[in-house]
Amino acid sequence: MGQETVEALRDVSFSIAEGEFVTIMGSSGSGKSTLLNILGCLDQPTSGSYEIDGLNVKDQKPNGLAKIRNEKIGFIFQSYNLLPRTSAIENVELPLLYNSAISKDIRRRRAIDALIRVGLEERLHHTPAQLSGGQQQRVAIARSLVNDPVVILADEATGNLDTRTSYEIMALFQELNISGKTIVFVTHEQDIANFSARTIELKDGNIIRNVQNHDIMLAAEELESLPKENI
Amino acid sequence: MKILNLLRIAWKAIILNKMRTFLTMLGVIIGVAAVITMLAIGEGSTQSIKEEISGMGSNMITISPGAGMQGGVRTDPGQMQSLKLSDYHAIKEKSSLITHISPQVSGNGQAINGAENWPTSIYGVTPEYLNIRVLELEDGSMFTDAEVKASSKVAVIGQTVRENLFSTEEDPIGKMIRFNKIPFRIIGVLSPKGENTFGQDQDDVILAPYTTVQKRILGINYVQSIVASAISEEKAPEAVNETYSILRKEHNILTGEEDDFNVFSMDELISMFNSTSEIMTALLVAIAGIALLIGGIGIMNIMYVSVKERTREIGLRLAVGGQSMDILVQFLIEAILISVTGGLIGVSLGITATLLIEHFLNWPTSITATSIIISFTVCAFTGIFFGWYPAKKASGLDPIVALRYE
Repeated sequence: MGQETVEALRDVSFSIAEGEFVTIMGSSGSGKSTLLNILGCLDQPTSGSYEIDGLNVKDQKPNGLAKIRNEKIGFIFQSYNLLPRTSAIENVELPLLYNSAISKDIRRRRAIDALIRVGLEERLHHTPAQLSGGQQQRVAIARSLVNDPVVILADEATGNLDTRTSYEIMALFQELNISGKTIVFVTHEQDIANFSARTIELKDGNIIRNVQNHDIMLAAEELESLPKENI
Repeated sequence: MKILNLLRIAWKAIILNKMRTFLTMLGVIIGVAAVITMLAIGEGSTQSIKEEISGMGSNMITISPGAGMQGGVRTDPGQMQSLKLSDYHAIKEKSSLITHISPQVSGNGQAINGAENWPTSIYGVTPEYLNIRVLELEDGSMFTDAEVKASSKVAVIGQTVRENLFSTEEDPIGKMIRFNKIPFRIIGVLSPKGENTFGQDQDDVILAPYTTVQKRILGINYVQSIVASAISEEKAPEAVNETYSILRKEHNILTGEEDDFNVFSMDELISMFNSTSEIMTALLVAIAGIALLIGGIGIMNIMYVSVKERTREIGLRLAVGGQSMDILVQFLIEAILISVTGGLIGVSLGITATLLIEHFLNWPTSITATSIIISFTVCAFTGIFFGWYPAKKASGLDPIVALRYE
C-alpha cells in the first residue's frame, strides 16, 4: 500500500481567547478532524506551531503531550466513549487516575462536583447501560470538566442525539461557557453553530470563514419552543 | 501512587470481566495443579519403592547362579547348579565386608495341619537369614546352628501361613505341620511384613534349616542362591566386588572368562528402580509442562482478544492523559494478577487432588516444596511472558486510530 501525502490543513491560523465558545464547521474531508487532533494534542502539525495556555506543543514528546491532554484539555466524543459496566463516578474519575498528584478523596469529590454540575446528582452510581444517550453524554461532559481544563474540545458531541436532547446538551455547554469555560465545538450542523459566539469554517484544509456570531441563540429558549414530546 | 492507581484500574478490569478472567485462569489452574499432582505421584512412588527396598534389607547382597555354558549350550540360570555349599563357606571365611550370610534353597508345596492346608513356599536357610532380611520373630524362637547341622525338622512360619493353618486362638508353637508330607515342628512365628513392591506377600513363607530342605524336600546338594549382608549400605558395592573375586577364585575362572554366577546388591536394585521411576516422573512432568504451556497460551489468547476488544477504551485512556507506559503496566498487571491468582488456586487444587488420590486410591504420594515452587514460578513467568506481547501492542496504539476503532 502506497502512502500518499495528503495536506489536510494549509495556512490555518487563528487564536481562541479564554472564555470563548467557538464552533469549527466543515463537511467531511475539510480537515476539521485533523485540526481537532492537533488542538487536542493527539497529533502534531508537520509544520507551523500550536500553543496552548502559553505552552508550545511542537517540542513535546509523547509523554509530554499526554501530560498536556491530562491537565489542560477536556475531550467529549460523539460516541461518548464511556467505560462499560463502570459507574458514572468512576468514569468521571478516569482522567484524574492518570494524575498522581491528586489523592483519592479529592478525586472522588471532584468527580461528584462535576456530575452535579451536569445535573446528574441522582445518577452517580449508574452504569452507562442504565443511562439514556443524553445522560451518557452528560457523564462524558462531567469527565471533561473534572480536570478543570483550559479548553473543552467537543467532537460532534450532539451527533448521536435527537434534537431535543441536543438542545439540552447545548444549553449545558452555554451554561458552562457563561461560567467561564473555553469551548471548541466541532460540528457540521449549522443550527448547532448558531449557539456559539464564533464560527470557523474549513474547506479543503483552508479557513473560508472566521466570523463572530452577533445573533447567538440561547439553547434553553429554543428548547421551550420545541413541540412537546409525545409520550 | 501512580502504580497504585494502575493496580486499581487493572483490578477493576479483571472483576468487570469475571467470565473472561475465570476462563483465562482455568488454563493456569489446571496446569499448576497437574504439575503438582503428577510430581507428587511420581515422587511418592519413588519414595515408596526406596522404603520397600530398604525394608528388605538395604545392605543385602544376593549371589545367584549365572548364565553359564554347558558344552556350548547356554542354560537357564535357574537350572544352574554352579553354586555349592563350599562357595558359601568360602565367602563366610574369607570375606571381610560381610557380616551375615546364608545359603538359600526353596521349594513350593502344600502345608497341612490336620484338616487345613495351604499352598506356600519353604525356604531353607541359616539362622542369620533373619538379620539379612530384617525379619523379626513375633513368637517362639529361630532354629539354631546345631539344628541346621542336624537337619532337624523344625520350622518358623510367616503370618499368612499361620492364619491359614491355625485358628486365631490356637498357639502354633510346638505344633506339627506337614510340608509335602514331611513333618515339621513349629518353633517360631514371624512378625508380619506385608506385601513388597512387587505385590508379593512376604508373610507367606516357611523357614527351615537349609540342610533339611535340601535333603528332605528337594533332594539336592547344591544351593540355589546365597544371601548375605554387607557391614553397611555404603560398603555394599565393595562387598560385591570382594565376593566376585572370592567366587572367581573358588570356581577357577580365568581372566577373560565369563562368570557362572551373579552378585548384586540392593543398591543396584534401588538405582535400577530409581531410573525407571525417574523416567516416569520425567514423563509426568512433560505432560504437566504441556498443560502449563497451554495455560500460558490461553492467557496470551485472552489478553490479545481483550486488547482488540478494548481498543477504544485504550484510545480513551490515552486521550485523557494515560501514557503508553501506563497502558503497558495496566495490561501487564492484569496478566500478572490473573496468572498469580490462578497459580495460587492451582497450588491448592493440586494439593487437594493429591490428598484425595492418596486417600481414595491409596497411591503413595509426596508433595515437595520444589514442585510447588517450580510450577508456581513457571506459571507466573508464562503469564507475564504471554501477557507482555498484547500489553506491548496495546501501549503502542495511536490514540486517534484507537478512538475511531469499530
